[in-house]
Amino acid sequence: MSQIPTTLFDKVWDSHVVRKIEDGPDVLFIDRHFIHEVTSPVAFLGLESRGLKVMFSGKTFATADHNTPTINQHLPVQDALSANQLKALETNSAKYGISHWGLGNPKNGIVHVVGPENGITLPGMTIVCGDSHTSTHGAFGAIAFGIGTSEVEMVLSSQCIMQPKPKKMRIKVNGKLGKGIVPKDVVLYIIAKLTAAGATGYFVEFAGDVFENMSMEGRMTVCNMSIEMGARGGMIAPDETTFAYIKGREKAPKEAAWDTALAYWKTLKTDEGAGFDLEYNFDAADIEPMITYGTNPGMGMGITRHIPAAAEAGGSKASYEKSLEYMGFHEEDGMIGKKVDYVFIGSCTNGRIEDFRAFASIVKGRKKAEHITAWIVPGSHIVEQQIKDEGILDILTEAGFQLRQPGCSACLAMNDDKIPAGKYAVSTSNRNFEGRQGPGARTMLASPLVAAAAAVTGVVTDPRALMAE
Amino acid sequence: MAYDKFTVLKSSAVPMPIENVDTDQIIPARFLKATERTGFGDNLFRDWRYNTDGSQKRDFVLNNPIYSGKILVGGRNFGSGSSREHAAWAIYDYGFRCVVSSFFADIFKNNSLNIGILPVQVSAVFLDKIFTAIEANPAAELEVNLPEQKITILTTGESESFDINTYKKHNMTNGYDDIDYLQAMKSEIQLFAEKSMY
Repeated sequence: MSQIPTTLFDKVWDSHVVRKIEDGPDVLFIDRHFIHEVTSPVAFLGLESRGLKVMFSGKTFATADHNTPTINQHLPVQDALSANQLKALETNSAKYGISHWGLGNPKNGIVHVVGPENGITLPGMTIVCGDSHTSTHGAFGAIAFGIGTSEVEMVLSSQCIMQPKPKKMRIKVNGKLGKGIVPKDVVLYIIAKLTAAGATGYFVEFAGDVFENMSMEGRMTVCNMSIEMGARGGMIAPDETTFAYIKGREKAPKEAAWDTALAYWKTLKTDEGAGFDLEYNFDAADIEPMITYGTNPGMGMGITRHIPAAAEAGGSKASYEKSLEYMGFHEEDGMIGKKVDYVFIGSCTNGRIEDFRAFASIVKGRKKAEHITAWIVPGSHIVEQQIKDEGILDILTEAGFQLRQPGCSACLAMNDDKIPAGKYAVSTSNRNFEGRQGPGARTMLASPLVAAAAAVTGVVTDPRALMAE
Repeated sequence: MAYDKFTVLKSSAVPMPIENVDTDQIIPARFLKATERTGFGDNLFRDWRYNTDGSQKRDFVLNNPIYSGKILVGGRNFGSGSSREHAAWAIYDYGFRCVVSSFFADIFKNNSLNIGILPVQVSAVFLDKIFTAIEANPAAELEVNLPEQKITILTTGESESFDINTYKKHNMTNGYDDIDYLQAMKSEIQLFAEKSMY
């Protein structure tokens, strides 16, 4: 029997369509729903005002992350509004029978870190959360994307959302990455090439040997930032790396169920000859350590280069100039040597163990630059424990750094971890928007290696200069 | 019925010719701490609109009394970034019912439609015509006609058609939302769920 070649995306999407509406969206069944304290309270209010129940409470998982302090988590949360949101999540979860990992729970952490590390995220699933970085879970060959609060209410009440099917894009990166080039550089490079809106309307499949050779942590970093080029999500076909990561995790299938699942997961790949609406091909050898210089993630470049002139940058000149003015940068400036005040390593983009290993590889045997304030924030308690178990904490401590407690922290600065106005941060997070890390804060996005190099030198530094031959 | 019906809207418009207006600008994260859906309009474009001491920034368009209306006209890639529906709530709460741009970020567009704001995507050329018309006359009105899927600059008579799928158009013109629709197909969803491997 011959079959029509099908993409990974189509295989997963089509198997979840409950109903197709003519000239309208598809009704899509959702396998896993993550909720957190910020985007869920109004959805629960909506349920109550309509008199609706949660349809499948076992398919929703709650964790507190956006609004949590990263020090003294054993004490009551000081900010009354934050405390109120955390309480609402706990109360709503208890009321509807939803699993809740609140502050202090050993499984607590950033939603996109704890889902995979506990085996909740699996290949072939549809996964949503009221958070745009839900695209992270696409690293497992799942269709995962962020939704609004109205849609959170839909999933709670009907386990479905209504979505027009996106177009399909494939981005291939082949070749060998150079020394000091990590997954964050790969994705910042792709976004710089496509721009912050270049994949809007599309769902992306990342393919090619760079991704095949990447760890799950690295794949999560890449898929996490799919939204930063406008894509609804990004995904990577599951393979032996994926299966090895999942096997044995708490909520992963076991025994006979594992065998059944594995047989299905092995079918989850794009068939030879399947069609995409748009394809890009990049060469790994062209990728340098990356850094952003502007106020959207598409404004990134190789760290050794100069900020493009407005004419080369494309888009509106006024918007470009507004962006550089906010950053206090000028066209044609080089980035190397620019002063840095703050370094943040963490977030759903780079808050996993591999990221802290990379950071430690640079700071080992060096000292934190005196004027630098560094916030080192693990993505979860499990990551925090790994940092301790692997001796990374000792390296950090010797170099003058302190480890904080898990949470979203300075990525969006909802808690007290705010970069002061006018200060420069090298951040391993995902957004350099105006005010993202605090009102007036100036963010340069980069990899954990670039962040580490800045943390020990106090200025923007090419990490390759600090790496052993 | 989840929100007000939208049929024909005739209004002056507020011009914001900035590209990549992300949802962190529309409503910064520190204002997302409410557990109810009220009052977000006060903090719409907070850091572009107010100085740190709470005084108004005089050069920001929302603080310029010559511009007003229920239509916000933004530059390309409007609503990018965070999925926070609070951004759409803030725009609605401030008094806008329609946002016009040459390109919208996906999640913002969905969120808007889900709460009764109509996102109208026009060509880059037509967007420029709107900005020019408002520059010539800040009181220039636009007419957004959803049944006919047409937007007209009333001072110049220029118009362009816009896309919206039949399902969403029906919802907007009747004030229905997706939750109403999904509740009506619960038994079909139940059957589907029973076959699901997860």
